Parts: sequence; structure tokens; C-alpha cells
Amino acid sequence: MVDHLDVRRGAYADSVSLMQVSRRVGDVDGVTNALIAMATELNLDLLAGMGFDQVDAGPGDMVVAVRAGDDDAVTAALAELEAALAASSGGAASAGFGDAPPPRTVRDAAAIGGDLALISTPGEHAYLEAVDALRAGLHVMLFSDNVPLDQEIALKAEAADRGLLAMGPDAGTAIISGVGLGFANVVAPGPVGIVAASGTGAQHLTCLLDDAGVGISHVLGVGGRDLKAEVGGAGTRQALVALDADPTTELIVLLSKPPAEAVAAAIREFTGELSTPVVFGLLGPTEDDLSGVATTVIERIGGPVPTWPTWGEPPVPDGAGPGRLVGLFSGGTLCSEALLVAEAALGPVASNISADPERRLTDELTADGHVLLDLGEDEHTRGRPHPMIDQRLRLERIAAEAADPDTRVLLLDVVLGHGAHADPAAELAPAIRAARERARAEERMLHVIVSLCGTGSDPQGRDRQAAALVDAGAYVTVSNADAARAAVTAMEVPA
Amino acid sequence: MTDALAELLAGPPRVVTAGVELFETTLRDQAVDIVPVDWRPPVDGLSSELAAIVADPRTDAANRTALERITAAEPRWVGITTARDAVGLDTGQFLHAGPPITWERASGPMRGALIAAMLYEGMADTPEAAERIGASGSLELAPCHSRGAVGPMAGVVSPSMPMFAVENAAFGNTAYCTLNEGLGKVLRYGAYAPEVIERLNWMQAVLGPAMDAAVQQVGSLDLRALIIQAIQMGDELHNRNRAASALFVREVVPPLLEAGIDPSDLADVVRFINGNEHFFLNLGMPSAKAALDPARDIPGSSVVVAMARNGTDFGIQVSGTGDRWFTAPATVPDGLYLGDYGADDANPDIGDSTIMETGGIGGFVMAAAPAIVRFVGGQAADALDATRSMYSITIGEHPHFQVPILEFRGSPVGIDVTRVARTDTVPAVNTGIAGKVAGTGQVGAGLVTPPMQVFTDAVRALAESAHPA
Repeated sequence: MVDHLDVRRGAYADSVSLMQVSRRVGDVDGVTNALIAMATELNLDLLAGMGFDQVDAGPGDMVVAVRAGDDDAVTAALAELEAALAASSGGAASAGFGDAPPPRTVRDAAAIGGDLALISTPGEHAYLEAVDALRAGLHVMLFSDNVPLDQEIALKAEAADRGLLAMGPDAGTAIISGVGLGFANVVAPGPVGIVAASGTGAQHLTCLLDDAGVGISHVLGVGGRDLKAEVGGAGTRQALVALDADPTTELIVLLSKPPAEAVAAAIREFTGELSTPVVFGLLGPTEDDLSGVATTVIERIGGPVPTWPTWGEPPVPDGAGPGRLVGLFSGGTLCSEALLVAEAALGPVASNISADPERRLTDELTADGHVLLDLGEDEHTRGRPHPMIDQRLRLERIAAEAADPDTRVLLLDVVLGHGAHADPAAELAPAIRAARERARAEERMLHVIVSLCGTGSDPQGRDRQAAALVDAGAYVTVSNADAARAAVTAMEVPA
Repeated sequence: MTDALAELLAGPPRVVTAGVELFETTLRDQAVDIVPVDWRPPVDGLSSELAAIVADPRTDAANRTALERITAAEPRWVGITTARDAVGLDTGQFLHAGPPITWERASGPMRGALIAAMLYEGMADTPEAAERIGASGSLELAPCHSRGAVGPMAGVVSPSMPMFAVENAAFGNTAYCTLNEGLGKVLRYGAYAPEVIERLNWMQAVLGPAMDAAVQQVGSLDLRALIIQAIQMGDELHNRNRAASALFVREVVPPLLEAGIDPSDLADVVRFINGNEHFFLNLGMPSAKAALDPARDIPGSSVVVAMARNGTDFGIQVSGTGDRWFTAPATVPDGLYLGDYGADDANPDIGDSTIMETGGIGGFVMAAAPAIVRFVGGQAADALDATRSMYSITIGEHPHFQVPILEFRGSPVGIDVTRVARTDTVPAVNTGIAGKVAGTGQVGAGLVTPPMQVFTDAVRALAESAHPA
């Protein structure tokens, strides 16, 4: 084994790009490990964990670590690295004589032009850029997570003072006049405006509505903490005001986990004063699931309620005796919705997003019984690409779970749309096929059910994705709640 | 409901992006107008400190006030005063460039200039005697900036020296600077040969009174107007003062002729100022100083009000932190050398002349002075880059100092220490290079990279005293 380690002082690229670069380098023949990352404390820990020597580098430096079988492989890996870095910096225009240097802060970019700033820097740096945007008169969508709570409160207060909208932090999805920001599906324009404290929840709802022919005016993401008592729904109020005044929005949906009681009461009072009706989609145990919310909205608009599309054959209970339900999700809200369905039918299910601390999984994310995991959770993605962008994390896990003779049903989500993986089925289908073949070889049953969050207009092609998954042996549904119910049904043991 | 909220939903937004490149790509794929930020993390992991300053409710308004005051300045040359009267110096007291310094830590040119000043004031008969006085620790040294003055290079001021008085008509404050001695062996570069002292005596006896008589003929001279013209004529007014000095001669000769000065003195005076194309530097510097002083002491402001070097340390002062100096070791400028001189002969960076950059001139208007890029070892495109990159570390643009090649865009002005730290960009500074051996004089000219530490230290200090949001 040969270790190559170098530090590139002052070189910078964002973490998502670098994880993709790391993957390309890691895929070079003869390379066993590759980490190309900014030298943050976290990444230096990762490096140490991989057994590389210590390096003297700071967060402003890029560290390149490659472990390979021989020197030739290292050389090939470094060549691939240069190509991948060059490809990832394709966005920045090179400055020639007379060209202005590229803006270095949001303030300077705003001086060139803009209505809204989409900020996705690491969370500890995001506040500065967001304040720049607000003070330059731009609205903000803050995709970044891990932004301190006091900064979120300050930002939303400043936004309200300036008559601007601050979406997020941790706002994964928005659609404004048809433009998808962050992760968003391609939906037809129409009368429904959505205020969402949940990114994948909003994606799923817009897909269901789109499927029923109900179009979307705008989706405004406010971030998962907006309706907590400390923030008090400051972003939600601004978003509601904006949608209320928008002439194309006829019905507003407010999508959130059940908020704190006082906040809920205040928001209900606030919505009562709006001229546009508001439907509440509160994602909790006693509430409608997202498919139910979609049905309510479609009925209010006066459209026919569709049967949600499915592909393939639904699994039938095979009477094979007890087994495990394993859910591997990339969307947090999709996972929690499935968890509600599964727990109602099957009793306790272990999860890393369980509200019950007894059932909440931490570090290892393994359990003997039923388990539903949000693999997109921050703590799990540290240093690794989000499963919405890169399937590798799930591919490993699918193989591992398929090897467990007790695994009966594998429940997956696949999120399409802008920002998501360009062809997730191309990676997942072979893994699903291999898992099923292994089970068959061992003469046991393994059902695979996929909740496909997408629309017919998404760049990945929903039908093509579904066909590839069905071909591998999966049952595919557009309704996430239906997918969870199908999983529960397949688990049933005949009396 | 505000107009801004209504506008947001009225049509597809134009989007500024900062962070993950994936989202730039998805917006491009949707044919959305985007302005991507070339974003990097702030230096030294200063995020929480920077956030504390930005969240301080005073900062934004304080910085805008600072910018308004700096750019509203109306510097006018109103007279010549002795240092004794102007800045209150007594025998044995000296001002010097940069942050505070002791004889012990002073570099060659600083000591040389102090020796020259002692000889000139009659405190010592020989350089050796002067050096002994210096080494004894009995000299009272203070930064020019502490007395409303500025000095180029060593910037040494002694009580008998004549000084330009520059009044800021908009605020009523006055700044002072000695008269420029010309190039070659001169006090400001640390030379103390007899010819240096002779020239200083002549400046005191003849040049000073003549200049004062001239300006009294016209009442005062509008220096802002002169600077505006000089920038349009290719000066950046730090390393190139050719146009400004010529314009000054044009303004000052008629009143000199009218002032009834002895004809032989008059010829010497005109020959002296006409033969020194940096003569105007000592008027440009107090103009910038007079403009910046009203921006001092604004609570919460992160704007730099002075950058100065004493040949040992580079220091800055920031509006919101009062008279405190943030210092770090001065570096040797990177540039071209005269004759056989080389980097080994160069003294670390020295002089208060960085007041020009602080005021949005000098290196900040390099784009207006492409003629000097060769002199400081660069290419014409570097001059454009220098000015343009300064907009990212400044609060605003100077309404009067305009850069023709940038479509008459105002010069970048009001250095904000938070933006320096966020963009990892230090001010672009042009400078002359002094020989490190006392008495050598100028050995070259070039560009200085100010130490980042002075800006990050200022950020930390501002963060400590920041008010909560």
C-alpha cells in the first residue's frame, strides 16, 4: 500500500463537490481509500480514522489523501483528481483582462443583480452571507443546516423589519414561479401555494398534487425550526403574507410537524385574518398523512381525487413467519411518515429519527427487529454525500440487510427532481436485484417496495425510473404512505 | 405586505448563489439568471466573531456614517505652521510614522531620521552624539497619528519643521504634514548627511515662508479638486504624484509671484517644487488624514481609519476601537529596485503614506494609474485587478474620486476589517522602499502585503465589545 498525502493551501471547493471528487478518485483502479476535503476538524478526524498521517492544515486548505496498491495507481488517482476538480469548478468564469473578479461575498454578488440569495455554505458561516443578502434587499433561502438558533431568530427578525422573506436555515426545497431552488420537483403552475417546514414533505406533496393535475404557485420553505417556540413561526408568517397577496395563489397549505401549542394557536389566529384559505398539513400520529393532505387539497380545489400511480405487483403476505421490516430513506419526512404507518401496525420500530429516546438509534444504526432509517440525517451524512445525491451509502446498507435472513421487506424512497441524483434507479436496481437473488438462493422471501417521489416532468424521467426498479423486482408507488402500508401488509403473518 | 415580498412572487427570481455548486448547476439547467459567489470560509475560523460584529445593531449604521464622513471631506490647504505650533512639539519630542516605537526597536531608516532631526534641532553636533542620545532612551517619541499628523517614510517630525496645514472644511478638523524634501538623500529615508540638514534649514527659512505667503494670497487651495483631476490624469497619489505635483505648481506659482518674495529665493522655491514630482504627496497625505479623522471613534464601526508602518511594525486603527493599534511585524515590499540595490538592502515597510489607501486612493485607484505598474513590477491588468478586488473589502465608493477606465466608478473606500477577514483579501498598497541602513535613502518601489493578523486582531477586539442583536 502507498499513501499519498498533500495539502493545497488556500484551495477551496464546497463539500458536496469534494465528496463527488473523492468518489471519482476512489473509483480509480487500485485505489482503496481517497479523501479529498477541506481540512476542517471533522475531516481531519476522518483522515486520522482512515489511518493517514497527521497534516498541518486549516479549514481554508484542501487536503488530498489517497491510499492505493502502488505508485502507478496513485499517479492515476491524482490525474483523475485534477480532472474532477477542473470539472467541478466549471461554474466560475475565468477572469480575463478587463473582467471583474468574481464576487467573494453575497453583498458583492447582490450588487451585480438578484432578487434572492440561495445560501448553502457550511452552517457556521451562513449567517454572514444571509445578512449580506437582507441588507442588500434580497430575500434569502438558507439551505445550510447547523445554523445557531440565535442567528436564525436574528435573521428572521431582520427580514421582517426589512419586509423580506428569510427561508430556512435548513430549507431544502422551494419553488418560486416555477423555479426550483435546492431540491425541487418539476411541477405544473397552478393555484396551490405551500409553506413548508419540511423539504421532502413539500416535495412529496407537490408531486402528489401534480399527479392529480393540481398545479403549484409557489413553495416557500421555512426550515424545520420555524414553528418551534423560540422562532415562533416568524418565517411562516412572512411566507403566509406573501402567498396571501399573490394573485395566483388560491389555496395555501401549511406543512409542518405539529408545532408547539402556543405557536400553533398564534398561527391559526394569524391565518384566520388572511383572505386566502389555509389547509394545515400537520405531520403527526393523529393527523392525515401526506397523501391524505393531498386528497384534502384536491377536494378543496374541486378536482377528482386520483388513485396514486403504482408500478409492478404489490407484495402479498407469504405466510413465511415473522421477519424484519427494514426502511432505508433519503428523505426525513418520508421516513417519519413511514414510521408512523409502520408503528401503528407493527408496534415499536427502531429508528434514528424516533421521537421516543428508548427506540432512537444512535451511532451504529442497527437493530434486531424492524428498523426505519433516515440516512440523510446530518449525523449520518458527516463527510459522506447525502443519499439523495449519491446512493453509495444505501447500496452498502441494502447488501448488508439482504444478507440478514430475517429481513423480509426492504422499503426505500427514491427522490427525483432538480438537485437529486441524475439516475438513481441505475444504481439502485442492480442492488435490489442482487438482494432479491440472494434471498431466492437462500430460499427465503425478500420484498422490495419503493416510494418514488417524482413527477412525470422531472429530469430523471419518473416512468423510466419506475420501470427499471420494477424490472429489478421492486413494487413502486408514488404515495409514500401507500408504500409503507404495502410494506406492512407484506409483513402480515396469517393467523 | 411589502413591495419586495410582492415582487418576489411576481416572476422567476434572479438568484445569487453561495455554497454548494450543485445548486448553481440546477438553476443553470432551469435557465435561471444566477450570480454565483466565489465563496470561501473566513480566515482563522473567525465566523462567530464576525457574526457577533455583523449582528451588533450599531455596526451597519456606524459603518455607513463612517463612509459618509470620509467621502464628505473637503480638504483645503490653508497655511504653513511650525510643528511646535501645529502639533505641540517641544524640544526633545518627535513624531514618527506608524504605530508607537522605541529607539531600541527602531529600524535603520527610523533611527537615521531621528539622528537627522536631532542634528537639525541642534540637540547634537555629530551623528554619533545623536545616536547616544537616542540610545539613552531620553527621546520622547509619539506616532504622527496621535497628534493629527502624518509623515511619509520615517515620518519624523521635530519642533522647528514647517508643516502643511490642511483643513477639512466639511468638519472643521485640521491635519498636518511636513514638506516634501525631494528624492535622494533625505531625512524621511533616514539620511542625515550635512546636505540633508542644510536642505531642512533652507526649507524652514525659505520654502516654508514662501509657501505660506503664496497660500495667504489665495486664502486656501481646494485639494479635493486637485486630487480628482490628478486621478483623471493617471496618478494614484501614493507612488505617482506627477500630475498632482504639476497641477500644484500651476496653482501655486501665480500667488508666489504676487507675494513679493525675494527674486532669487523665488527661483529656488519654484525650481525646488517643480523638480520634485512627489511634492504633492505631503499634501495628499494630510488630505486623506483630514478626511479620515472625522470617522474615528464611531461605536460599533469596523472601518479602518489608519494604516501605518514604522519600519518595524505594520499597524492599523479602527473606528470602533478608538486609539488602539493592532500591529504585526512589517514585511519587506515586493517590487523593483533602483540600480544595484536588491531585496537584501530593503527595510521592512515604513511610513504613514498608507493613509492614501485608507482613504480610497493609492493602491485602491491603481486602475487609474496604469503607468506605474511597471515601476512596482506588474502589468496593466494587475492595476485593474488591484482596484477591482478592493471593492470586496470596502464599505462603498467615493463619489468624487472616480476611475475613468472603470466607467468612472467611484474608488473603493472605507476598509471594513470584517470584509478583509471574510474574503481573505488585504488592502492593496503601493509604496516606496527604504534602504535598511540609515542614510541610504530610497532603494526601490513596489507593493506591500499588509499582515492579515492586524485585521483579524481587530475583528476579535470588535467582537469582544459587540452589543448583542
